[in-house]
Amino acid sequence: MFDAAILILDSTVRLSTPLLLVCLAGLYSERAGVIDIGLEGKLLAGAFAAAAAAAVFGSPWIGLAAAVGVSIALALLHGLACITFRGNQIVSGVAINFLAAGLTALLGQAWFSQGGRTPALGPEQRFGELSLPLAQTLADVPVLGGIWSELISGHSILVYLAFAMAPITWWTLGRTRFGLRLRAVGENPAAVDTAGISVARMRYLAVACCGALCGAAGAYLSTAQSAGFIKDMSAGKGFIALAALIFAKWRPIPAMFACLLFGFLDAAAIRLQGVSLPVIGSAPVELIQALPYLLTVVLLAGFIGAARPPRAGGVPYVKER
Amino acid sequence: MTAPAIELVGVDKSFGPVHANRDINLRVEKGTIHGIVGENGAGKSTLMSILYGFYQADRGEIRVNGRRVRIPDSQAAIALGIGMVHQHFMLVEPFTVLENVMLGAEGGRLLRGGSARARAELARLAREYGLEVDPDAVVGDLPVGQQQRVEILKALYRGAEILILDEPTGVLTPDEADQLFRILDQLRAQGKTVLLITHKLREIMAATDAVSVMRAGRMVATRATADTSVEELAELMVGRRVLLRVDKGPARPGEVRLRVADARAHDAQGVERLRGVSLEVRAGEIVGIAGVAGNGQSELLEAIAGIRPLSAGRIEICGAPLARPDPALARRMGLAHVPEDRHRMGLVTRFPARENAILGYHRAPRYGNGPFLDQGRVLEACRELMAAFDVRPPDPHLKTANFSGGNQQKIVLAREIERDPEVLIVGQPTRGVDVGAIEAIHRRLIELRDAGKAILLVSVELDEIRALSDRILVMFDGRLMGERDAAADERELGLLMSGVGAGRAA
Ligand SMILES: Nc1ncnc2c1ncn2[C@@H]1O[C@H](COP(=O)(O)OP(=O)(O)O)[C@@H](O)[C@H]1O
Ligand SMILES: [Mg+2]
Repeated sequence: MFDAAILILDSTVRLSTPLLLVCLAGLYSERAGVIDIGLEGKLLAGAFAAAAAAAVFGSPWIGLAAAVGVSIALALLHGLACITFRGNQIVSGVAINFLAAGLTALLGQAWFSQGGRTPALGPEQRFGELSLPLAQTLADVPVLGGIWSELISGHSILVYLAFAMAPITWWTLGRTRFGLRLRAVGENPAAVDTAGISVARMRYLAVACCGALCGAAGAYLSTAQSAGFIKDMSAGKGFIALAALIFAKWRPIPAMFACLLFGFLDAAAIRLQGVSLPVIGSAPVELIQALPYLLTVVLLAGFIGAARPPRAGGVPYVKER
Repeated sequence: MTAPAIELVGVDKSFGPVHANRDINLRVEKGTIHGIVGENGAGKSTLMSILYGFYQADRGEIRVNGRRVRIPDSQAAIALGIGMVHQHFMLVEPFTVLENVMLGAEGGRLLRGGSARARAELARLAREYGLEVDPDAVVGDLPVGQQQRVEILKALYRGAEILILDEPTGVLTPDEADQLFRILDQLRAQGKTVLLITHKLREIMAATDAVSVMRAGRMVATRATADTSVEELAELMVGRRVLLRVDKGPARPGEVRLRVADARAHDAQGVERLRGVSLEVRAGEIVGIAGVAGNGQSELLEAIAGIRPLSAGRIEICGAPLARPDPALARRMGLAHVPEDRHRMGLVTRFPARENAILGYHRAPRYGNGPFLDQGRVLEACRELMAAFDVRPPDPHLKTANFSGGNQQKIVLAREIERDPEVLIVGQPTRGVDVGAIEAIHRRLIELRDAGKAILLVSVELDEIRALSDRILVMFDGRLMGERDAAADERELGLLMSGVGAGRAA
């Protein structure tokens, strides 16, 4: 029973990681007032870039760099459309999703001719599992061993990065000049402007942070969790992350818990696949998969009070009408 | 003689087709309070925003302390010692006072060191100028008077020697305004220069050393305050003689048209905002409700208009009770409502004028059949309204947001009055409206009264209440404190407004 719980929690951590990175990515962008529907697209493009670069150059680190680079490029494209040209942020985000879905399939086929897949990656081309100190020694200690050796140790470096990013983001937003300005530009850009700070510069920085984190999430998908890219492998995670962001009311620590919750539901759904439960019969996997969305809607509708998004979200900053 | 703190030479600025500032020359002496007056839309805010680097002038020269400067952004203005309190506050509402003050002047990558310094500096400024604010309060929770202090503190914290205040008293109670002027006096005593923008001439006369007048984008005159008068300034602003007093004959009240009996109502937070209000308004009279904003006036208007449900009591319009809170029903019973905040309730500012001119009455058969609007007839109706109320420009297709405040208000008034209601309830009819339009709106309301309509007027401008009303009711904390006639003196009304001394309960 305990072992089964540890197993579910272990896969919860693995499944929450991309959600968390993407959710924090969205947080940087949206707290700065740039709504980002294009998280999904950047995640997918990042996954493709990471797998392609890792396959060609043989190193997951080069894959990660490529993923971050490509994803930042898409983020800046979104920035160009919304910040500089004051376009509609939703439309631009949707366009980026289409662009990423189309381009990854097209380039994948053109470069590797494997039906949109990238070549399968060998162990040295992927992020391996890190073994934390004492993991071996403690493995046989009851309870503690399970928790330390199974649950906490033995993940790829990107998992630790993701879970470190939540407190780092919290600290950055609350304790640094950059964070103060970023939050301000999402609430009242005119106040930032009159304080002598460039609104566009702040927003570009924010979307670049967003791109970097989406890239890391993409690299995790294709070079840590799996061994290569397959078509549409982001599978809606960008949207679940967006739901988690709203669920967490745009705050980093609650965002981490929201992602863990959604990751847990996913893990449970996978675990219950084909399992026959008493009373209900076979487990309603589709229902469990739909739970993140249902939870977001239901909880937001009544239980945790209205989520107040950053006030300037979605509104281009225009001085002269 | 020392160089002037600010000198503008030939400053020109257009927003697309709107020529907001034309060839402006201005000289502001160091260590003075210099007023700038002008109607809404005269270009005052634009000029000051140029000085603060928020907008760029198309042409012209700016000199600060005798030196020619370029001000490409607010950063540059701050570096030159210029601070500005904008008409619409530039505050981040969910931030604390401290965070707002520090924004842009954090003093390092991490906030820690800077915030200790900012705290100490705020305490010093509070002592020196009487600018007390709790540094840890969330700005959005503060009353506007305090928010304004935060704006002033922001400027002083950045070392402003020249402080621009754009319409600072529009949102203040008379008491808060007095406090503000005391603070400005102290700033002047410390050698700072203050530029005070307003359209309230009495404030100019009381507070400034010199005054410049703007009209339609031009600077038309500069006077030493001691050498001018309210009448002269008003004439310079509008370009013709204006009546500052309203001429009206005695009222001839008829039968009761609007009756409110022991009305109680709560706000969204469950706080009781109306605590048993009873009043009557007769045909042919204007009843004014005086009071500091936020004492239940808004809730009273909304309740009568059928927007806000009552928790107890009743409302009768033309002798029949308002059966349920339903604005359409109230309208059918003969009521018209000019809401206090035209942007929030009276207009959809993104619509063209013609659509706003029929809003709320769009179901009337005269505008079309069934679900369809007859655009031709709508257009015609809008043209008629615009002609009758002298709305400028008289263009039914123009987006409503592009009319000046006074003309927007005329559109709302025209729409509500043209329906020939028996009862008119009006909130803040001249808020943000220029002198010329105020005169026209006041005249219109008197005409309506003389035509035998019942009018209930709510305004935070005591002068306006006194000028228009036949009877004055004073509201405080959800109750009516008493009734006075129009001749009542200002001090007595002021006392009632602050809840002191219950007179005859109305
Ligand atoms: N940001 C802007 N974009 C376009 N037009 C503007 C803008 N700000 C002001 N205007 C126009 O410029 C004119 C002057 O406005 P403003 O300076 O705000 O006047 P005031 O402060 O004297 O009331 C008005 O016609 C106004 O509509
Ligand atoms: Mg103005």
